[in-house]
This record gives sequence, C-alpha cells and structure tokens, in this order.
Amino acid sequence: MPEAQILSALQPQAPRPFLRKYVFSTDHKVIGVQYYLLGFLAVGIGTILSVLMKLHLAWPQAAVPLLGRLWPLGAPGGVMTPEFYLSLLTLHGTLMIFFVLTTVPQSAFGNYLLPLQIGAREMAFPRLNMLSFWLTLASFMILLSTLFVGDGPPISGWTAYTPLSAVGSIAGPGEGLGQTLWLVSIAVFCVGSLLGALNFIVTTLLLRTRGMMMMRTPLTVWAWFISAILVLLSFAVLLAADSLLLLDHLAGTSFFIPAGLVVSDQLMTQGGGSPLLWQHLFWFFGHPEVYITILPGMSITSQMLSVFSRKPVFGYRATVYAFLAIAAMSFAVWGQHMVASGMNPSLAMSFATLTMVIAVPSAAMTFSWLGTLWRGKIRLTAAMLFAIGFVSLFVTGGLTGLLLAQPPLDLYLHGTYFIVAHFHIVMGAAGVFGIFAATYFWFPKMFGRMMNETLGRIHFWVTFIGVYCTFMPMHFLGLAGEPRRYATLTGARFFAPLQHLQVFISVAAFVTAAGQLLFVLNFLWSLRRGQPAAPNPWDACSLEWTVPSPPPRNNFPGKQPVVYRGAYEYSVPGAPRDYIMQDEPEVTS
Amino acid sequence: MALAVALAITCITLATCGLFVFHPWWFPSPISTLASRIDVQFNLTWIVCGILFAAAQLTLAYFAWHYRGSRSGAQATFSRGNNILEGAWAVTATVLFLGLGWTGYRLWAGFPFQGPAPGAMRVEVWGEQFAWYFRYPGPDGRFGPPHPDLMSDGMGNYLGLDRQHDLASRDDIVTTTLAIPVNRPVTLILRSKDMIHSFFVRELRLNQDLVPGRAIPIHFTATRIGRYKIICSELCGMGHYKMHADLVVMTGRGFQEWLRKKAEQQ
Repeated sequence: MPEAQILSALQPQAPRPFLRKYVFSTDHKVIGVQYYLLGFLAVGIGTILSVLMKLHLAWPQAAVPLLGRLWPLGAPGGVMTPEFYLSLLTLHGTLMIFFVLTTVPQSAFGNYLLPLQIGAREMAFPRLNMLSFWLTLASFMILLSTLFVGDGPPISGWTAYTPLSAVGSIAGPGEGLGQTLWLVSIAVFCVGSLLGALNFIVTTLLLRTRGMMMMRTPLTVWAWFISAILVLLSFAVLLAADSLLLLDHLAGTSFFIPAGLVVSDQLMTQGGGSPLLWQHLFWFFGHPEVYITILPGMSITSQMLSVFSRKPVFGYRATVYAFLAIAAMSFAVWGQHMVASGMNPSLAMSFATLTMVIAVPSAAMTFSWLGTLWRGKIRLTAAMLFAIGFVSLFVTGGLTGLLLAQPPLDLYLHGTYFIVAHFHIVMGAAGVFGIFAATYFWFPKMFGRMMNETLGRIHFWVTFIGVYCTFMPMHFLGLAGEPRRYATLTGARFFAPLQHLQVFISVAAFVTAAGQLLFVLNFLWSLRRGQPAAPNPWDACSLEWTVPSPPPRNNFPGKQPVVYRGAYEYSVPGAPRDYIMQDEPEVTS
Repeated sequence: MALAVALAITCITLATCGLFVFHPWWFPSPISTLASRIDVQFNLTWIVCGILFAAAQLTLAYFAWHYRGSRSGAQATFSRGNNILEGAWAVTATVLFLGLGWTGYRLWAGFPFQGPAPGAMRVEVWGEQFAWYFRYPGPDGRFGPPHPDLMSDGMGNYLGLDRQHDLASRDDIVTTTLAIPVNRPVTLILRSKDMIHSFFVRELRLNQDLVPGRAIPIHFTATRIGRYKIICSELCGMGHYKMHADLVVMTGRGFQEWLRKKAEQQ
C-alpha cells in the first residue's frame, strides 16, 4: 500500500545533508518551492525579453549596447534585427506559458499544498515527483541554451506552425539547431508534466484523509486535480505532435510538409503531409493548456474571496460543476484558433458554438465570486487585492473572448494586436494575479514569515493600473488592423498614427515591469526579516492552517487529521468564532 | 483602501467604455457590402459585451466598497449560495451568448459557403517569403499549371510557368500589385510557395491563410475605388513584417487599361 511505504520512509531519520534536504529532495514541499523558484527565474527572464521587445517596437532604432555585446549577430551595434525580435518573441511566449503559467499555479502551489489540504503526509510517488521537477529544470536549460547556439533561438513563435518550423534552417535563422533544441525542450517538459499529473491524480484519489470527501476539499484541490487530468490528456498529444515534428525536422519525414514546396528558390524533396495537421494537434493541446493555466488561479481567487470576506464560497457545488464543464469542453473548442486556417468553414461554426457555451461556466464563476463578496466583511490584504484584481481582469479578458468566438469577427481580429491584448489580459494579467494572490497568502505557511503588507499593497496598485494601461490600449491597435509578430511597424502608412499608442504601451509596460521589483524585494527581504508567522495568520479553515508554519517533514505532527466539514465554514451562525477548522469535531457554543 | 479600489475599477470601466464609444482608433471604413455587414455584427457585440462589462465591473467595485470590513457594525452574512439564482444566470448567459453566436452564424453562413457569383473574375494570389504575386488568367480564362521545379525568383519566373509548352500559361499575367474593377464580384484563389502566409485587407474585413499545398478561394465585391494595403498576417519568417502589397480598386475601364499594359510587359 502506498501509505505504508510513505510512512516508513518518513520515520525519524538521521539529519540529512544539505543536498538531500534542499536539492535532491523527495519532500513535496521542497519540490513545490523548487518549482516556484524556477517560475520566478523564468518570469524574470521572460519579462526582460518583453521589455526588450517593447523597447524595439516603440523605438526601432534604439541601441542597447549590452545586447550588441552579447549577441553581435542578432543585434549588431545593439540594434535588434527582425529575426532577433522574432527569437525573443518565441522565447518569451514559451517561457511564460510553459515555465511560468503552467508551472507555478499547478506544479509549485499544487505540489506544496495538495497533500496538506487533503490531510496526506506526502504525494503518492515522491521520487517520481523529484524526477518531474528535474526534467522540468532540464527542459528550461535546454530552452535557454538556444540563445547561445548556432544562429539563435527559433523564430516560429511558441506555436511553431509548419512548414516554417519543419523544413530546417532554409526557412530562416534559428530554424536549424535552435528549432531542434526548442522541440527537444518541449518534449522533455511534456514528460515531466505527464509524470507530475499522474502524481496529482493518484494522490487526490487515494490519499485523502478520513472524512475528506471530494465535496469537502478546498476548491484548489478540485482545480489541481482537474488540471492534472487536462495535463495528462493534452500534453500527451503535444508530445506526440512534437515527436512527429522532430522527425520532419531531422529525419526527412513529411507529416506536416506538403509536396512541391519551394523555399528560397530551392525545391524541397519532402512532401505528402499537411501543415494543418500540426495546427489541429497543437491546438488540441493548446486550448486545454490555457485552461490548465487559469483553473488553479480561479480556485485561488475563490479561496481568497471566501477567506477575506469571512463567508463560504457562494455556490461551491456550482463552482465544481463549472470546473468540470470547462475542463470537458476545453477539448472541443480548439478550432477557434483556426478560423482563417483553411479548414472547412462548417467546423468554424461548431467550434464557435461550443466556444460560446464554454463562456457560460466562466460567467457562472464570476457570479459566484461576486456572490461571495456580497454581504461579506471584506478585509483588503494584499492577497485579497490581487484576488479582486483577478476578477476584474478575468471579466475584461473573458468578454473579448465573446468577440473572438464569432468567426466573421475573428477573421478580422485574428493575427492582430487584439488577440495579443486578449490573451495577455487573461493569462499574463489575470493568471499572474492568481500567482501573486497565492504567494501573499501562502508565503507565511511556506516560509514561516509574513510578507510586508504595505509593500504588497503598493505592488498591487502599480501592477493593477499598470496592466490595464499596458493591455487595454492594445485592443485598439488590433481594431485598427495592426498585425502581431511584426518586428517593425513601418511598412504600411496606416501604422504611423498608431505608433504613439505603441509608445504609450511600451512606457506603461516598463513602469509595470519595474514595479515588480517591489515584489522581488518584499519576497527576498521577508524570507529573512519578515514577522514570524503563526500557524493560522489569516484565520482560515483548510487543513494546511492546522500545522506549524512551515510544516514539519511529515506535514501533520502526531496523527493524521480527521475531517468533519467543508473548507469554507466562515461566519456560521451560532459558532463561537467566525471560522471553523475542517478538523474540528464539534462546535461548542 | 476600499474606496480607492472601487474608484479605480470604476474609472477603468468608464475610461474603457469611453474609448470604445468615442474610438479615436478604429476600423477603417468598409469597402464592400460584406464588410459593412460584419461591422453591424461587431457593433451588436460591442453593445452586449459593453453592458456585461460595465455591470460586472461596477458591481465588483460597489461590493468591494460597500462591504468593507472597516464599516461600523460590519458583519458577514452566512450564505452557501443560491442555486436558483445561479441557475437563472447560467440560463440567461447561455441564451445571450448563443443568441449572439446565432446572429454571427447567419453572417458566416453567408460568405465562405457560397461559391463564386456567376461571372466572378478570378485572380490567383501567391505568397512566398517575403513577397506577393498575383496572376490573371488572361483572355483564355485559364491558369496554366505552375511547376515547382521551374520556380526561380532569380530568373523572374516566380510561379514556375512554362510558357513554351503549356498553352494555358502563355497569356497569364503575373503582377506584384492586385488590381480589381469596382463593383465586380472577384474570387481570389490563395496559394503559397513555401510557408503559411495570410492575406489581410482591413477594409474588406477579410483575412485568410495561404496554405502551401492548397488553393483556397475567397469571394468579395469591392464597392469603393482606392488603394488599400495587403499585409501578411501569419508569421512566415524573418521578413514577415515587410511582406506587403497594394490592392487597387479601379474603374472598369481603368482596370482593362491596366491589365492590357501588364500583359504587354509579360
């Protein structure tokens, strides 16, 4: 039985050396922190890349001397070439989507908190868990290595459409070795994610403590569980597609390469495949992927709104059904990304209808969040501010989705800055707000110290105003027809009046990026100098708040808890306090 | 702090709605009847989304302020939810979203499924890294077969035409500008030599990928004379940003004259 093995592994042992305790550890809490630090690093690099991109878009002739010294080919004299811009764009997207938004909400917070929240002492497969992290780290290193090899990172975007990504270096700089390494990095990431997903699913199903029925678990447990199922099903497809593309790229096969291609006056010998096949496979992964990045954030928001309004989640069961509906339908809407692709236009209609329908559970969730705030007693901690910000941003981004869901409208907006605005608001802003809320909330539990609330609030204001100033105007660039993924916007006369909007967006982006230093400072400073944290500084109900901050190696000192109620028993009439912990057997009045 | 949150969200909502109502940056004027109908659907969607946007954001702002814990006598009211309200909202949202989708569907059903109008003028559009070429079939009305092994930009044979051996190719006219007569139905047949490109003309509200290995038709009738930009809107390589051409809508006679001159230059 897995529990017996885990228990025996957790018997008191001799103190472990530093490497075994903090580096090669099978402790889910250490692994969670490792994933978090990896995400931290990835978001830092990804943000620097975006700052460089925005700098170039606003001032195309701007010279960045350091850039010229590090990459003389990509940025001669410090001025970015178009191919270098596209390389940075590819790396930015890949880093942010895979190593930040997929990794932090799910692998970092999920690994740390899932066992604690269900009353387990460890994940089901601790060694597999460690392997998952190291595979993810290896994938990250392989991806970054593209900056320093051959002719640089690939230029095909994180979506790597074929034939551009399939035919090799004849397609452009970075498409040789750079593209190969990108494909290998993604394959390794897929394997790490699949193993991690397996762990989450088995842990949730088998290791819940006595009394912890699924309908009593915090919503975060549901989100991690459902996201893990999405990972298992969608990343498997990505791994398959990635493998086929690697074969096309290296072994002369033609899964995605049609016959008769003439690239730079050279007739290609590969042929017989379909570029649309790559798109179908990629987006079959790609759409569930965006829900993987957002579901944990949605559950974290529900959690924050409940704790800091001192009220149960408004419609817990409805929220669970909404999560399940979103997850199931996410596999049936991938064609929304392919309206202009040349696929059968009838398909555009079926995908569009389902896309409209998938907006319904999201609308229900928004109703639930507002209902949780209604008649609450709201305490505006930094975590709560970011949760409220999440709701605002999710509403904005979700509603532009209603536009994009309609094929005749998407036809115009596809490939413009409107799309860039949409996904940045839902993922880059709302998704990241979920991460910030979770950090401010669970930092005390993870590190035994409180973060500075004042700095946290200032961080919120800079970021909230900043992301709206950066991404709201971007919609108008798209409506005016300005295309995305353009290294320089000088080719058409209609770009010129839009340039001052680009400059505004760039300045807003710089200020917002700079504001994140407040968070970094707060994080690092609080690790050492933050106020020592009590076991339950927020008066919350779920099981992680019943143990010391940080928890001991085996999570629950003494016996495993027994659970008697759900995770959101706030302001229950007749109770002595305004919260009842999940493991409290009875309420004494 | 609660007031600041409420004010910030309210200001963002008002500023956003204001920008959409007064739209200092907006779509260019439409130049076809289809484009005008697409704009009608856009406007309907803006209104629906705008109402939902304002309602949700202002409710959020109001609740954040009104239920602040710092108000005197603040108490939270226990509630697990209201399934009837939740269900009612879900049904309302479904009807609203599907209704919006339905109006969009009727518009969509109108154009990509219909074949070309009788007598539509056919023009081939070819994309390659990083240029556009356009081919008119000439008086015989037929496009000669392109031969990939004969394609050579260096030799000026962009489409690999064998004018010696293929009769149909002899009168084909290859240009770098797309000229069409006003008020005449046009069918563009989109083809690519190498990567996926995308044909985007803002004023037509049309955007269609060029997929290598396929020939994808799109139909429209331009109703306004002028010169408009064709830009590539699908990442195709390092020169993607400069892959532009011109769409020139001319009078019927002007077009005939232009075509005649181009034919002489072949």
